[in-house]
Amino acid sequence: MSEIPAELLYRESHEWVRDEGNGVLVVGISDHAQAALGDMVYIELPEPGMSYEQGDACAVVESVKAASDAYAPVTGEIIEVNGALEDAPELVNNDPYGDGWLFMVQMSIPDEMEGLLTPEAYADLQDD
Amino acid sequence: MRKTPLHDAHLAAGARMVDFSGWEMPINYGSQIEEHNHVRNSAGMFDVSHMTVVDVQGDQARAFLSKLLANDVVKLQTPGKALYSCMLNEAGGVIDDMIAYFISENWFRLVVNAATRDKGLAWLERQGAAFSIAVTEHHELAVIAVQGPKARDKAQTLFSGSQLAAINELKPFTAYSDYDLFVARTGYTGEDGYEILMPAGEATDFWNRLQAEGVAPCGLGARDTLRLEAGMNLYGQDMDEDVTPLVSGLGWTVAMKDDRQFIGRQALEQQKREGIPQKLAGLVLEGRGVLRPGQTVVTEAGEGVTTSGGFSPTLQRAIALARIPVRAEGACDVEIRGKYLQARIVKPPFVRNGKPCDGIL
Repeated sequence: MSEIPAELLYRESHEWVRDEGNGVLVVGISDHAQAALGDMVYIELPEPGMSYEQGDACAVVESVKAASDAYAPVTGEIIEVNGALEDAPELVNNDPYGDGWLFMVQMSIPDEMEGLLTPEAYADLQDD
Repeated sequence: MRKTPLHDAHLAAGARMVDFSGWEMPINYGSQIEEHNHVRNSAGMFDVSHMTVVDVQGDQARAFLSKLLANDVVKLQTPGKALYSCMLNEAGGVIDDMIAYFISENWFRLVVNAATRDKGLAWLERQGAAFSIAVTEHHELAVIAVQGPKARDKAQTLFSGSQLAAINELKPFTAYSDYDLFVARTGYTGEDGYEILMPAGEATDFWNRLQAEGVAPCGLGARDTLRLEAGMNLYGQDMDEDVTPLVSGLGWTVAMKDDRQFIGRQALEQQKREGIPQKLAGLVLEGRGVLRPGQTVVTEAGEGVTTSGGFSPTLQRAIALARIPVRAEGACDVEIRGKYLQARIVKPPFVRNGKPCDGIL
């Protein structure tokens, strides 16, 4: 059974979101997603300063198995990316909710947080 | 879905199981890259019991295979000798690839792909009808591949006495056969090792004893990256019924120096006369990114396509096999999600016996 921390919010497409306050969100992919994809070999991150709408593909996680898009959980501007992933993509496997984070976004439409999934709702999704 | 005799052992080892051509098989047991490295550095084992083992027996076994296979079974004269070959259709397209073993003059053994079992057996039946032969599929056997620099030492602990002596002396691409035990010094990883056929009921004991010797269970994921680094074709990706061995890097497996009339020969002769248009080459991506099957390759001699691709754990670079114009060489560009990234055209294999091959890095 994969880990689903209670303090985070989730998207159906398996991103997690941590609210840092002041409209800043940290985004990564869930434990379930990293396990399903297998060993990561390359992470393509967005450029800081780029803006995305909610649901836009903005990063690519490439595992031994396949390339998968990661989507912007909210509309906003990328303010920082996890540069450590360039040389150590396996951080996404080893610590998906910690050192394996992907990017930070400054959200511009706070109401969009309403549409994200609670840990319970995300867990139900995996049980289906 | 079909299960191999080792299914319970896989689940006990924490395998992630996937559907492979109707078989429930382990894709990995946690980390595909660790499994890959274990084979390159020590020894790993693969359950390949889904592969199809077929015996061809009878007075005309050799004559039949001489017509059926693009490689020439005349090269098989001593018991246990193995031969890699394609089986072609009349148009020269590849129906399947296999290893054929000589057991005795009236008995050859073929190990063919699981994914092509039905059409392969149908072709054997159809082409074999004119010969005095019998084709027998061995459902009762399990197959374990033990591969890596320490694979032979570790696997030999399973045997004793005269069996051990004979297995220890096996040269590459030969096999030892003793009733229902069949040990071949072959593989699909670019490392030394064995492929061992045994009765299904003995497979779990074999597996557990190998694990106790430190041989790591490895899934189909690692098997694929290992064979790609070794520059070995995967049927259905790097060749199929629409392409000939001559454009699939397998010209060396086609024996047509004499006038032996094997199926597909005329088509290959015609292709040679007209000029072989393509080759299967290796690609090494210069920068970051991952090569995957089906990507467009742009060379100075024209376009081509990747047929297999992935991240090479040994080289720490993305590599691929690609069907490209025969004159293409040097640098090329590969289209990866709308961007063109630079790659270098090389001659496979990429890795042999744990080390990068000359000219690859």
